[in-house]
Amino acid sequence: MTGEESVDDDGFIDVRELEKVFTVRRRSGFLRRTTSEVRAVDGISFAVPRGEMVGFIGPNGAGKSTTIKMLTGILTPSGGRLRVAGVDPWKERTQLVRRIGVVFGQRTTLWWDLPLRDSYALVKRMYRIPEARYRANLERCVELLELDGLLEVPVRQLSLGQRMRGDITAALLHDPDVLYLDEPTIGLDVISKARVREFLLNLNAEMGTTVLLTTHDLSDIEYLCKRVVVIDHGRLMYDGVLAGLHEVGSSERTLVVDLEREMPPIEGVHGARTVRTEGPRQWLAFPAAASAAPLVSQVAAGYPLVDLSIREPDIEDVIARMYAR
Amino acid sequence: MRLPRLYFAVAGSGFRRYATYRMATAAGVFTNTIFGFILAYTFIALWNERPQLGGYDQSQALTFVWIGQALLASAALMGGGFQDEFQERIRTGDVAIDLYRPIDLQMWWLASDLGRAAFHLVGRGVVPLVVGAFAFELALPGSLLVWALFLLSVFLGVVVSFALRYLFALCGFWLLDASGLGALSMLLSLFFSGMMLPLNVFPGALGEIVRWLPWAATLQVPADVLLGVRQGGAGIAGAFGFQSVWALVLLGCGRLLQKVATRRVVVQGG
Repeated sequence: MTGEESVDDDGFIDVRELEKVFTVRRRSGFLRRTTSEVRAVDGISFAVPRGEMVGFIGPNGAGKSTTIKMLTGILTPSGGRLRVAGVDPWKERTQLVRRIGVVFGQRTTLWWDLPLRDSYALVKRMYRIPEARYRANLERCVELLELDGLLEVPVRQLSLGQRMRGDITAALLHDPDVLYLDEPTIGLDVISKARVREFLLNLNAEMGTTVLLTTHDLSDIEYLCKRVVVIDHGRLMYDGVLAGLHEVGSSERTLVVDLEREMPPIEGVHGARTVRTEGPRQWLAFPAAASAAPLVSQVAAGYPLVDLSIREPDIEDVIARMYAR
Repeated sequence: MRLPRLYFAVAGSGFRRYATYRMATAAGVFTNTIFGFILAYTFIALWNERPQLGGYDQSQALTFVWIGQALLASAALMGGGFQDEFQERIRTGDVAIDLYRPIDLQMWWLASDLGRAAFHLVGRGVVPLVVGAFAFELALPGSLLVWALFLLSVFLGVVVSFALRYLFALCGFWLLDASGLGALSMLLSLFFSGMMLPLNVFPGALGEIVRWLPWAATLQVPADVLLGVRQGGAGIAGAFGFQSVWALVLLGCGRLLQKVATRRVVVQGG
């Protein structure tokens, strides 16, 4: 193969100072137009070792899809350096696409009016997959994704969950090194979601496929990825283990206390503030890293305490707080 | 190189896809036949006034009408075919999926459009021509060789027609809505292929120009091959040469434009 550099497994996907700037023209009067620059991706760097599963999160328009499009070679970066499996995705897109699989939750890569089996046969021709490997891969996917009995059904007649599983199969028939999943569980019911997640875990463990996943569903991430990358406004906000998000997001735990009766908001508790009251129940927020014991004793000393509980920070709150900054 | 097998498979699936729509085919055959009668009676009136107009006698003119109806769907003389589908994929951003595939975008669509054209030639071409031949006195050749040359010329014509429509469709990468261009492309094709009036009837300088435009390769040239207007070694070589040069030039332009389009593509939607 051409252009293949020696790839150390740590930098299987290697992104440095990646940028993408779109020029937007807007009509600002009769025949007059103003142009402005939108920095969709603004200097992002990260590396993904072979065989890792990474979750990409960020609000709509954060630059996730733009980053994925550059990683897969269908968008040219405006700046920075980018290597996937040692090759420049844009320059060697046609070579790279043989080694990647792509799944979109909101689009299908299958042919609308063909049965699944015919779609797969076309994929086999396209990627020139040897017969034996094709059979083994198809069998494996059919079994694990429970596609039995669906192979003869035209794609347009499949339900969303069935189509999604069909799409994942299509993306894996040629044994890709990297699998990109763009919102793979969007719109799926609980059972379908679980099935897709189970399958992805299994794929990663058994085949060693590197997986990059974008999603708005944080439970996907909690279930699948040890590592998460948070992007907002085209910048990297966080890159690390999921649990570490709490520290970065300056997250807070909540002490919920039930008093004997309705009282004015609790005051004078050192290291905590009352964020909400509702009848005899009050909520006190305090830093996630701090201990709850001194707070409890302070409240118990000054107020008629009946019951209490501590609420751990919600990952969604943490991320919402990061976005808001 | 095993790649062409893929494109044969794509052409095959293009053929099968259109073959499943039987009612649409029947309706198309009916329309072509009616349209053929209307044009035929118009041409009879015209050639009665001006015999030998454009060098055709009346039966040649009528033959031209029915060849036009036979090729209307196959050579996509009124647009359509892959063009609508491709434009829709550009508009919705689904074209991104095509770019993720180890295929040549242009070859892919060419193969699928050739499959469609092959079906339309059989499914929508044969019946109108046969009806026309029974209803009027047509100047159809008796020689199998001429028919074979005609089919080859039709094939080249479809490639030119594809290349033209591909160029128009690619403009969708820049325009948010390419339907206006689609209408323009249909209008140009309708007039400059000879569909409304054979190109050798166009007067003076306009006639000279339109006979050299690529649209001439889609209907006028195949018709002239069948009618024996272009015959003999030189005549046939001239016809095929004209079609092949346009096919190569336009496919080349298509590749260039495709390169620019995919370079600056903003694939629409998340």
